[in-house]
Amino acid sequence: MRYDEDLMETLMEAPLLSIRQLTVDFHTDTGDFRAVDGLSFDIPKGRTVALVGESGSGKSVTAQAILQILSKKARITSGSIIFNDPTLQAPVDIAALKPEGEAMHQLRGGRIAMIFQEPMTSLSPLHTIGDQISEALLIHADVSKAEALRRTMEVLARVGFPDPKRALRNYPFELSGGLRQRAMIAMALITRPSLLIADEPTTALDVTTQAQILDLIKELQAETGMSVLLITHDLGVVANVADDVVVMYRGRVMEAGSREDIFRNPQHDYLKALIRAVPRFAMAENERLTPIREVKSATLSRVHAPTRTEPQGPILKAEGLTKCFTLRSRRFFGKPRMIRAVNEVDLALPVGKTLGLVGESGCGKTTVSKMIMRALAPDAGRVLFDDGTGPKDVHRLEGDDLTAYRRSVQFIFQDPFSSLNPRMTVYELLTEPLRIHDIGTPDERYHRVKQLLDMVGLDQRSLRRYPHSFSGGQRQRLGIARALALEPRVLLCDEPVSALDVSVQAQVLNLLKDLQSALGLSYLFVSHNLAVVDYIADTIAVMCRGYIVEEAPKSSLFRNPVHPYTQALLAAVPDPDIDRPLDFAKLRADRFSNPSEWPEPFRIPDGEFGMMREIEPGHKVRFGRAIAQEAA
Amino acid sequence: MIRFLLRRLVTMAVTLLIISALVFFIIKLPPGDYLSNLIFELRAQNDNASIAKAEFLMKQYALDRPAWEQYLIWLGVMPGPNGFSGLLQGDWGWSFEYDKPVVDVVGDALWLTLLVNLAAVIFIHIVAIPIAIYSATRQYSLGDYFATFIGYIGLATPSFLLALILLYYLNRWFGISIGGLYDAQYAGEPWTWPKIQSFLAHLIVPTIVIGLAGTAAMIRRMRANLLDELGKQYYVTAKAKGLGPTKALLKYPFRMSLNPFIADIGNLLPHLVSGSVLVSLVLSLPTVGPILLGALKNQDQFLAGFILMFVAVLTVVGMLISDILLAWIDPRIRMGGAR
Repeated sequence: MRYDEDLMETLMEAPLLSIRQLTVDFHTDTGDFRAVDGLSFDIPKGRTVALVGESGSGKSVTAQAILQILSKKARITSGSIIFNDPTLQAPVDIAALKPEGEAMHQLRGGRIAMIFQEPMTSLSPLHTIGDQISEALLIHADVSKAEALRRTMEVLARVGFPDPKRALRNYPFELSGGLRQRAMIAMALITRPSLLIADEPTTALDVTTQAQILDLIKELQAETGMSVLLITHDLGVVANVADDVVVMYRGRVMEAGSREDIFRNPQHDYLKALIRAVPRFAMAENERLTPIREVKSATLSRVHAPTRTEPQGPILKAEGLTKCFTLRSRRFFGKPRMIRAVNEVDLALPVGKTLGLVGESGCGKTTVSKMIMRALAPDAGRVLFDDGTGPKDVHRLEGDDLTAYRRSVQFIFQDPFSSLNPRMTVYELLTEPLRIHDIGTPDERYHRVKQLLDMVGLDQRSLRRYPHSFSGGQRQRLGIARALALEPRVLLCDEPVSALDVSVQAQVLNLLKDLQSALGLSYLFVSHNLAVVDYIADTIAVMCRGYIVEEAPKSSLFRNPVHPYTQALLAAVPDPDIDRPLDFAKLRADRFSNPSEWPEPFRIPDGEFGMMREIEPGHKVRFGRAIAQEAA
Repeated sequence: MIRFLLRRLVTMAVTLLIISALVFFIIKLPPGDYLSNLIFELRAQNDNASIAKAEFLMKQYALDRPAWEQYLIWLGVMPGPNGFSGLLQGDWGWSFEYDKPVVDVVGDALWLTLLVNLAAVIFIHIVAIPIAIYSATRQYSLGDYFATFIGYIGLATPSFLLALILLYYLNRWFGISIGGLYDAQYAGEPWTWPKIQSFLAHLIVPTIVIGLAGTAAMIRRMRANLLDELGKQYYVTAKAKGLGPTKALLKYPFRMSLNPFIADIGNLLPHLVSGSVLVSLVLSLPTVGPILLGALKNQDQFLAGFILMFVAVLTVVGMLISDILLAWIDPRIRMGGAR
């Protein structure tokens, strides 16, 4: 009961920030458009409001409008942003302030602070962390340089820097992504603002780091009583940290309410669709995601896999793959360091199945896919490909055999923007593989391209257009069509949906599933997103620091994760289900990605490899020395 | 750091050695250098005194020795007719064309050249940087278009033409002669205060003429660099901190956009000497440019060789300076291995 009274009190009080009928217009060479259209919502004191929407829905523009840091092409045309800060005598209307006026400079960074998505590019590489953080304090408070540095050290210690004194002199590129984002948070919080705007603060981070950062923001909020405006597209994050949710679409509010209301009882069709489009754990075996815009293909249901001899065993196999890289030393004259990017990786991809390869950034998963593609040569181990005539070592192929291998194994890239040549039309892009391999006459190629476009649900009229006129999801479908042009057997998908919005993500995942069943393709699916891999893969291999630590059919991996790293990874994925909150306490210890700190019997000291052992049919786990000796 | 400097100094020495060999042999390559022509002429006169003089000159400059020995003597690592006496010992040789030691021919001109061109470089930076910042921050404004327009005109105007025009009109309208670097009466005088005043007054026109094209190019490049940096996220961060626009601009994007210019110092230094030859000719400035041109035409080997070597030293030193500066201002370069 007590809680309810508190809640009532908070709600009765005037909100910290209240936006009414806000409209932001962009004037560009290609015409004007309205990015924010009559937006109204409140941010109560001490609470977290999540602003949710797809890219282009106007959520970042709203944040920029609150700080008055809109680009030159944008202008607040009407509406008000009333900021009711306790340290000010009277509420101010930010929308009426001059962007470069004294009053706005006081608020910006002083009372309202912001953190951004990309912690690497958001910090200047030429200035030390200490310089950049203390600067924020020096602007807004009347303190000496020494005092500012002392406060900087305090706040760095608070956000979890192990050695704040040294961190003062560190440059951003010397820090990991997680620490960089902590530095950003320290910079925002050093002035003790009453409102923190966090624009996708964890999107560029690994899941375990994401959980830690979200935890940190929550803790700091409880300590300082600030309000948080959290901008995100990830409903899982929203379900875990938001008090109130505002759903935006095309610059308007579709639905707003408390977290409970939004997740338990969504009203608006758009919100319902958004919730249905997100892959979750514990989806039913044959449950399909429902994209907001479904791809329609007239011919896909009628195409058949080309008839060819299928291999007896797995179509693709990696045996003991190992790759080392030499790094330049951090210091000017230090010795070069060796990094074991991939350690004795064994994988097997059965025909017509999907093998998911999961791991955080830098774990070696992309290196593995590059070695399979023969873009990199392994230091040890081999890759075997079986086209029905028996397994052959890919790295020994030459001449025609190699060309045939290149045809059979195709790649789908992460970034749909940079992976398509902007100066080639769709027709040129899709026929290029055919021309390189000298297949068909121009007429036949034309028909093939039309067929491909239809398979991925794009209009025939797109043939003469250039990639820039397509959206991210459409471009990724073009990438898929290009990969399919040569009738491959295997597709290597390297994070194919991580650059896409959730709604589009569901669409592309469904397309990949449909293509697999229609064409009998085998996928190696590399991703950092466990929920996505869970949706598409049959078998999942978890990678950490170049090791495969656990490999299992997906049902047993999620039912019974054995390895501590897998457990941490699973625990760190925010589920868009408010009944399954993240266990932040469990993720605080930052030890799960270091093999020498794994608990026994999983501990692998430096210089050892441990060994994989089957604990149930198909479910293999890497153990440390004790078990390895026992087995020997 | 010390090891880095030592390593760089050794590479510099090797580079200069290779350059010196190239310079010497390329000057030697075409037949008919100044001295051979002179000796040929003396012999043709066919009187004993002339032949003796020719023989003396041949001996004096070791022209009777093989080319590689001549080279080593020129460098100063092999004893010549006068013992060890070459570049390394500070003996820069004899100019046959002027019949004076190279030191006396080049000496004053070298410093004047450096001064004139240094003034031009400072002019370029002082004028170009503010204009570039203005036009980048107000992209596609009237002022930006105006600066761009002036910039293109500056780029397109041949500087010798501008020099001629200024020479003519300044004389016609104001009655001042701007040729030379000081009034004729001071030639050969010691550097007194009136002479320095006259020098400074004469410096203005060459500075503008030589600097104009550079200014235009610099505005365009600086503007493009800054525009790139202005779109970066860290600039938004700086503004979101509440930093004023000018301070934020100068501390972050501007500093980032300086890198290419610092990397350019290596090219800039030799340009100080060898550039602006045409302008110097037109304005009859007593700089090294015209001397080098004459020396190359007449194959006055020691003079040409010395000037070319001097330019080479400037290039190599410039590269070293820009590397050290880059490492100093950019921690990513200093720490190496950065992403």
